Amino acid sequence: MSERAQLLLEIADDELILGWRDSEWTGIAPFLEEDVAFSSIAQNEVGHARALYELAARDLDTTADELAFDREPSEYRCSELVELRLPEWERTIARHVLYEQADAERLERLKASDDPEVAGLAAKIDREEVYHRLHAEMWHARLQDEPRYAEALEELRPFVGKRNGHSPELTSLWEEMTSVRRSQPTGTTW
Amino acid sequence: MIYEVFRQERKGQAFQHAGSVEAADERFAESYAREQYGRRGESVALWVVARNSIMRIDEFVDELNRNYHRVDGYPLKEKLKEARERAGTAAPRDR
Amino acid sequence: MNQREQEFLDYVQGGGQVETDDWMPDEYRARLRKFIEMHGNSELMGVLPEREWILRAPTLQRKLALTAKVQDEVGHAQLIYRVVEDLGKTREECLDDLISGKSKFHNVFHYPTKTWGDVGVIAWLVDAAAIISQKALLKCSYAPYARIMKKICWEESFHILHGRDVILTLMNGTDDQRELVQEALDRWWGPLMQFHGNPIPTDDDPMFIWRIKSQGNDEARQQFLDGYVPQIWELGLTVPDPELGKDEETGRWHYTEPDWDELMSVVTGHGPKTEDRLDLRRAARENSAWVRSVLLAA
Repeated sequence: MSERAQLLLEIADDELILGWRDSEWTGIAPFLEEDVAFSSIAQNEVGHARALYELAARDLDTTADELAFDREPSEYRCSELVELRLPEWERTIARHVLYEQADAERLERLKASDDPEVAGLAAKIDREEVYHRLHAEMWHARLQDEPRYAEALEELRPFVGKRNGHSPELTSLWEEMTSVRRSQPTGTTW
Repeated sequence: MIYEVFRQERKGQAFQHAGSVEAADERFAESYAREQYGRRGESVALWVVARNSIMRIDEFVDELNRNYHRVDGYPLKEKLKEARERAGTAAPRDR
Repeated sequence: MNQREQEFLDYVQGGGQVETDDWMPDEYRARLRKFIEMHGNSELMGVLPEREWILRAPTLQRKLALTAKVQDEVGHAQLIYRVVEDLGKTREECLDDLISGKSKFHNVFHYPTKTWGDVGVIAWLVDAAAIISQKALLKCSYAPYARIMKKICWEESFHILHGRDVILTLMNGTDDQRELVQEALDRWWGPLMQFHGNPIPTDDDPMFIWRIKSQGNDEARQQFLDGYVPQIWELGLTVPDPELGKDEETGRWHYTEPDWDELMSVVTGHGPKTEDRLDLRRAARENSAWVRSVLLAA
């Protein structure tokens, strides 16, 4: 697998799995206006994943959906941070804040890439991420004095960039994510 | 706090009241207005303002019929007919 | 009815529009608020059967579309509860009554979703039934509600297309996929036929009298059948009602009388998933209560 494809998959998998986790809040977020806003963030993340998979798919002679859904859990290159199931709002926001900081740095490096396709896509994604960062900062400002939020930041900080294995939670996530797709032979259209 | 949202659908058009969002402060109001009234690209611009900054006026008095400064205060048909008869002319469309 | 109330009635029946701070008869305000509140409850509860499938969507496109659809429904709940609040009942009060079972939500959201076939059938047919009612509300005498209905109808337009796209893809797929659709349709047909409510003549329907609704229940159902049964049949699907058919002379659809007892039982809180879903709402609300306190405090 080319270096470019590996890199693209790493970011795409992060965005897909984080988007999947963030979409767990659609319909049950703390209040309605936030539900709508957070759902846009989840959609953007999946949208970024799709664009990244599409680029990688050309290198790997496959399709975005096959990359997103038809690999084994062990083949995903996401960090453990995005795999964790965090049904508490303070932990979800803590992850959101930590991820956005790390991702901003990553995107800066990619925007400077010699590869014009990678640089171009990174620039587009970055322009959308501006709003994610504003949203994360907005919540951080409101929650920073809450002990449970401070604890969540400390709990999750070690997971940022942790890619030497997978959380046990990835397997159950993957099973649910692919349950409909696996019910029919590979190549079935949905 | 309630914030009212006004949206402009296309450049050049008037801003119209679109609805309201509940938000803790201006930052949240901006985020939420953006989402509720702009996520589909349906607006080119929004104005967001705290409801209690808006003054509502809906009572207007006109007890003495001030039609001197309205179009309906100037029924000219009869006067024009008389003036044409005096001059011996007909209305443009009768010729 | 006193003279002022009669004048108001004549005004709305003549197409007059009412704004939030206008005088309204108590009966009008009470019925209006209850009707709109039930709509808000329905959007909020309607989210729950669908949101699980966001996580199981089998392609990136479907995942995005379904997330956007459910997001719209949450957005609609926000619009609707804001209108209710401006009529004097807060969002928290509405949620209290929803969770305690005191206020109601539409029948279709009390049923389980079992397969990806349900996802298609709901987006295609349940949303279609809802949109027929919603289009009739565009003419509601209460203007703030009529205005949000405009935004709601505009956003719903992609929901039906998405639903049809899901269904057509399944119908063009494997035998198993076609079976998913038929099986889901067999389960959803009963609730769909009950959805628009029992056939009250419009003259006896207070919602119509006050011009809150501009369409009777029966008319809505006929419109649904006329629009969607041909779409169902042209795909080779069957409807589980041997009596269903259109009288070509009158243009009216005939069908087996829906089970009105089932409808009454379900909307009063005895649907197969009512309790589970209200429990989920209650738990979500309790778990995030601290968030709302923090935001109120600062």
